[in-house]
Amino acid sequence: MKDFLFVFRMDQSQMPKMSPDEMQANTKRWMDWIGSIAAQNKLTERGNSLASGGKVVKPNNVITDGPYTEIKETLGGYSIVKAENLDEAAELAKGCPGLLTGGSVEVREINVM
Amino acid sequence: MQQPELIPHLFRTEYRKIVAVLCKLFGIQHIEVAEDIASDTFLAASELWGLKGLPPNPVAWLYTVAKNKSKDYFKHHSIFLQKVAKEISYASDTSAEFDIDLSTKNINDSQLAMMFVVCHPCNPVEAQIGLSLSLLCGFGTDEIAGAFLSNRETIYKRLQRGKQKLREEKVEIMQPSPAEIDERLPAVLMTLYLLFNEGYYSAGNDEVLRKDLCLEAMRLTYLLVENAQTDKPAANALLALMCFQSSRFDARIDAQGELVLYEDQDATLWDNELIEQGKYFLNKAYTGNAVSKYHLEAGIACLHTIQEDSPEKWEDILQLYNQLLMIEYSPIAALNRTYALARANGKKEAIAEAEKINLAGNHLYHSLLGWLYTDVDDQQAIHHLQTALQLAKTPNDKKLIAEKIRKLKG
Repeated sequence: MKDFLFVFRMDQSQMPKMSPDEMQANTKRWMDWIGSIAAQNKLTERGNSLASGGKVVKPNNVITDGPYTEIKETLGGYSIVKAENLDEAAELAKGCPGLLTGGSVEVREINVM
Repeated sequence: MQQPELIPHLFRTEYRKIVAVLCKLFGIQHIEVAEDIASDTFLAASELWGLKGLPPNPVAWLYTVAKNKSKDYFKHHSIFLQKVAKEISYASDTSAEFDIDLSTKNINDSQLAMMFVVCHPCNPVEAQIGLSLSLLCGFGTDEIAGAFLSNRETIYKRLQRGKQKLREEKVEIMQPSPAEIDERLPAVLMTLYLLFNEGYYSAGNDEVLRKDLCLEAMRLTYLLVENAQTDKPAANALLALMCFQSSRFDARIDAQGELVLYEDQDATLWDNELIEQGKYFLNKAYTGNAVSKYHLEAGIACLHTIQEDSPEKWEDILQLYNQLLMIEYSPIAALNRTYALARANGKKEAIAEAEKINLAGNHLYHSLLGWLYTDVDDQQAIHHLQTALQLAKTPNDKKLIAEKIRKLKG
């Protein structure tokens, strides 16, 4: 088994439209999905979500606010899962609730240094 | 209490206190001397009380005899005294006459200190539990062998090796420092958790012994919660879990001594006082931000004390299992989570999830699938229950599964 990083990207424009009930249902979907991976003993680290807003540091000490001014999708969070290979890891990512709201999951094998 | 039951009872309650106090006084190098003196004290009691009848205050009698035997031991072992006296800080100036403090406070302090010694990470977990049962709970080698479903020789060797290791490491018996508490408390709690589970779930038949194991685990956990320094959220959560679980102790076993499944239990047999205590400690457990697996398991056990079914209850249980699995995987948590998923989100989703779980060699897994497929696809249900029947080991499990198959074929 190898470790794979799930990088969750989300469509920022979709999020503010959710009602509190929808937000709660969304949280449940996420918990059920990560719980499902954990129940298969394939979760290495549940990971974290990232706060919205941030800064990007560029050459010549140029600091700009958040990456979201340039791309539609922003980083929403990450988890680390266990799988035999990249295909199996990608299969696990298929259930990600972020996909239902226009987001995506990038799956990357972690090379241990 | 009559004399024949009184001595074993006092042995169970007082032996460990005397051992803890003497161990703390003598140091870990002389752990066996402490055990010998405590054993001799009880031997004297069984001889003398048989001849002369019970003393007015048996506990005080035991303490006095234990003190005298300790002093005798020092008189006859002057070398021992010279070596040990240096280690006994408050007695170093009065070589022969020192006091052996068997006050409640010193007993509790000594037992608490011993708990952190016994759970020293130099020993593997099985040895830690064995030593806890022996030194903290006053269990004999045979009883420990019974609890572990092992034999006397194996346990004897394990205990000897464990004590040897503590001596080699020169572990000091003293009130643990705040740093040591933070470092070793997880191991202490784990030992107490396993000790409790040993009694609650073990396949051993001796019901009295099993209940004693649970009570001992609760008593020691209570000791942690009572002490300001060890009164940590996780300790409270563990005690809450034990209270909730043991509230069902009597309802779990029927008149024939067989296990009663949760759904079939008579809730009037549940111990409400223990449930209330569980809620009190669970409340106390949520004083900080840290959430341990004991918090989550106690939360689940607390929800199980509500017998009415509601979608909210199963949703809460499901989320607690999700979190529990995120902290620590275990097959039983994975199976229970899938059951809760079926109750909260429906059987269809749960069947799909169950098929992803790789526990095909576990009879509980096939029992779960049998239940999930019941009324959905009865042929599949029977197929899984038959696999479960083949994999089940205990007669009671086999009987329950066979009963389910019979009903389905009805």
